[in-house]
Amino acid sequence: MSTPNLVIPPPREITTKPRRSDQIFRGVVTVGGMASLVILGLIALFLSVKGIHILREEKFGFISGSKWEVITDDSGSIAESSFGIGAMLVGTLLCSIIAIAIGVPIAVLGALYLTFYAKGAVKNFLVSLVDLMAAFPSLLYGFWAFFIFMSSAEYWAKLLNKYFGFIPFFEVPAPIFERSPFIAGLVLAIMIIPIVTSISREIFDQTPLDRIQAAYALGASKLAMIRAVVIPFGRGGVIGGAMLGLGRAMGETVAVYTVLNVVYQINWQVLFGAGGNVASLILLKFGEAGPYEVDALMAAGLILFLLTLFVNAVADVLINRFGSKGR
Amino acid sequence: MNTTTVPTPQKPWETTNKQRLSTASIIFAAILISFIVIKLTGLDGKLGFLSTLFIVSTLLIFIQQWRLRDKAAAKDSLLSSFALLGMIMTVIPIVSIVYTVVIKGYKGIHFGMFINDMSLNSVNDPIKDGGLLHALVGTIIMVGGALVISFPIGVLTALYLTEIRGKLSRPIPSIVAGLFILSSLVYPVTKSLSGMMGSFALSILMIPTIARTSEEMLRLIPQELREAGVALGGTQWRTVAGVILPAARSGLVTAIILGMARIIGETAPLLLVSGGGDSLNFNPTSGAMGSLPYYIWKAFLTGGTDEAFARAWGGLLVLLAFIFILFGLARFISGRKGN
Repeated sequence: MSTPNLVIPPPREITTKPRRSDQIFRGVVTVGGMASLVILGLIALFLSVKGIHILREEKFGFISGSKWEVITDDSGSIAESSFGIGAMLVGTLLCSIIAIAIGVPIAVLGALYLTFYAKGAVKNFLVSLVDLMAAFPSLLYGFWAFFIFMSSAEYWAKLLNKYFGFIPFFEVPAPIFERSPFIAGLVLAIMIIPIVTSISREIFDQTPLDRIQAAYALGASKLAMIRAVVIPFGRGGVIGGAMLGLGRAMGETVAVYTVLNVVYQINWQVLFGAGGNVASLILLKFGEAGPYEVDALMAAGLILFLLTLFVNAVADVLINRFGSKGR
Repeated sequence: MNTTTVPTPQKPWETTNKQRLSTASIIFAAILISFIVIKLTGLDGKLGFLSTLFIVSTLLIFIQQWRLRDKAAAKDSLLSSFALLGMIMTVIPIVSIVYTVVIKGYKGIHFGMFINDMSLNSVNDPIKDGGLLHALVGTIIMVGGALVISFPIGVLTALYLTEIRGKLSRPIPSIVAGLFILSSLVYPVTKSLSGMMGSFALSILMIPTIARTSEEMLRLIPQELREAGVALGGTQWRTVAGVILPAARSGLVTAIILGMARIIGETAPLLLVSGGGDSLNFNPTSGAMGSLPYYIWKAFLTGGTDEAFARAWGGLLVLLAFIFILFGLARFISGRKGN
C-alpha cells in the first residue's frame, strides 16, 4: 500500500490591501468627505485671524460686556472703542429658550399625532407639509411675522403681562409690547417646530414594533403605551432634535432682525420691546462698520459659530446614540 | 333535512349609528357651549372661540369616555386631543403664511416684472414700472454656482459616510457663512463683492443639506447590491461608479433639489457678500449681483409706500413659487421610484 502522493499547495497570501484604483477612489472620497470638515476648520481659523486682536484687547469683557461703541476723532481715526456682546448673548439665549420652551412641546405632540394617530393620505399630506415648512426661508417667516403675526402675539403678551405681571420676567418698564424678545421667541418657535417635529417623528417611527404590540397585548391604552414604550425609547433623540432646533434658533438672523427691536442693553423682561441677538447685531452693524469694527463683528461671529457648533455637536451625539440619522 | 342558517356577516369593529350619533351630539354640544361661553364672557374673536371650543370638546370627550369605559380611556382621550392640538398649531402658521403671501403677493405680479430690472426705478415707483429680472438672474446664477461647488463635495461626503464610514458635516448659522467668505476671500483676495462670493457663501450652507440627503438615499441602496458588485469581481470603485450611484440617481437629484430649496431664500449671507445690484448682471466674477431675497429685503426696508410693499410681497410670492416647484419636483422624483 503506497501512500498517496500528497501535494501540499503553498499557502496563499490573503490580503485585504485594496487595488490601485480603489486606493485612488478611497483617497478622492476621503478628501471630498473631509472637505466639509476642513471648511468648518477654515471658518474657525479665518474668523479667529480677523477677530483675535479684538478678543485679546477686550479679553473676557467681549463676552460679558454690554457696550458696543466706536468713537472716532475729527480725522476719522478711531479714538476709543469698546466691544462687548454680553447683551446680545443674553438676548440670543432668551429668544432661543422661549423658542424651545414653546416649540418643542408642540412639535413633540405633533410628531405623536403624525406617528400614532394620522393615517394614510392625511398622514402623507401632513408629513409633506411639515417638511415643506422646514424649507421655508427665514425671510418669509420674518416678514410674515412682522405684518401678520405681530398683532396677535402682542395681544398674548398683554394678557401675560396682565395676569402674570407680578413675576419679574413678565414685567415691563413701559407699555411697549411690540417687537419684544417674547414675540421673536414665538417666531423662532414656529421656525423650529417643523425641524423638531420631523426628527421626533423619525425617532418615534423607529420604536420597536414588538414592544408596542407587547404593550397593547398587556392591555395598555395608547397613552400608557406611549408613556411606557415610546417616550423612554425616543427621549434622547427628541432632546437631540430640540438641541438642533436650538442651534437653528441661536443662529437665526433675518427673522429676528425683522421682528425684534434691536437695542443695545441687557433686557431680561421678555415682554418689553427691546432685545437683540448676536446674528442680528452683525447684520445691523455691518452696514456702517469700518474695518476695525468689522473685525469685532468677526469676533462676534466666531463666538456665535463656536456656540452653535457646540450645541449641534451635543445634538449629534444624542441623536446618534439613540439610534437615528437625524435631520 | 337540515336547514343551514347562514349568519349574516357582522362587523363589530365598525362604528355603529349610535356611536356616530353620540360623536355628532358631542361636537354639536361643544360648539353650542363655546358659543354660550363666548357670549357670556369677554372672550371674543376667532382665536377665543377656537380655544374655548378645544377646551370644551376635550372636556366633553373626557367625560364621555369616562362614562362609557373607564378612567384610563378618558386619560387616553386627553392625549389624542392634545396631539391633534399640537398638529393644528403646527399647521396654522404654514397655512397663514401661504395664504398671506398669495393674497398680498398677486397684486405685485405682472408680466413686465419678468423682463425689466430696477436700474431705472426706485422701490416706491408704481408697480408696473421695473421688475425683478435682475434678481431672478442673480439668484439663478448664484444658486447654480453654489450647486456646482456643493454637489461634488456633498456627494463625496455622503459616499465617505456610507462606503468608508465616519461622521461629519454640520449646519452652521447663515450669517457666519457670510462672515467666513468676507474674511477668507473678499478682504484678502478679491476686495470687491460679487456674485461668485455669493455662490461660495451659499455653497457652505448647501453642502450639509446635500450631504445629508444623499447619505439617506445611499443608505437606502440594499447592501446586497454592493455585495453582488464585489462578488462579481468589481473593485470598490467599479461597484460604486457602476452600481451604487446609478441606483441612487433619483435620490441624488432629490438631494440637489432640496439643497436648492434650502438656499434659494437665504438672505443674510447675500447681504454681506454679493453686494445688492439693481441692474442686470450676467457676470458672477465682477460687480454687485442682485438676488430675489435682496430684492424683497430692499423693497421692505427702504420703501414704506404701498407700492414698495406690493413689490416685496410679489417677490415673496415668486420665491415661494420657486420653493413649491422645487419641493414638488423632489417629491415627484423620489416618489416615482420604489412605491
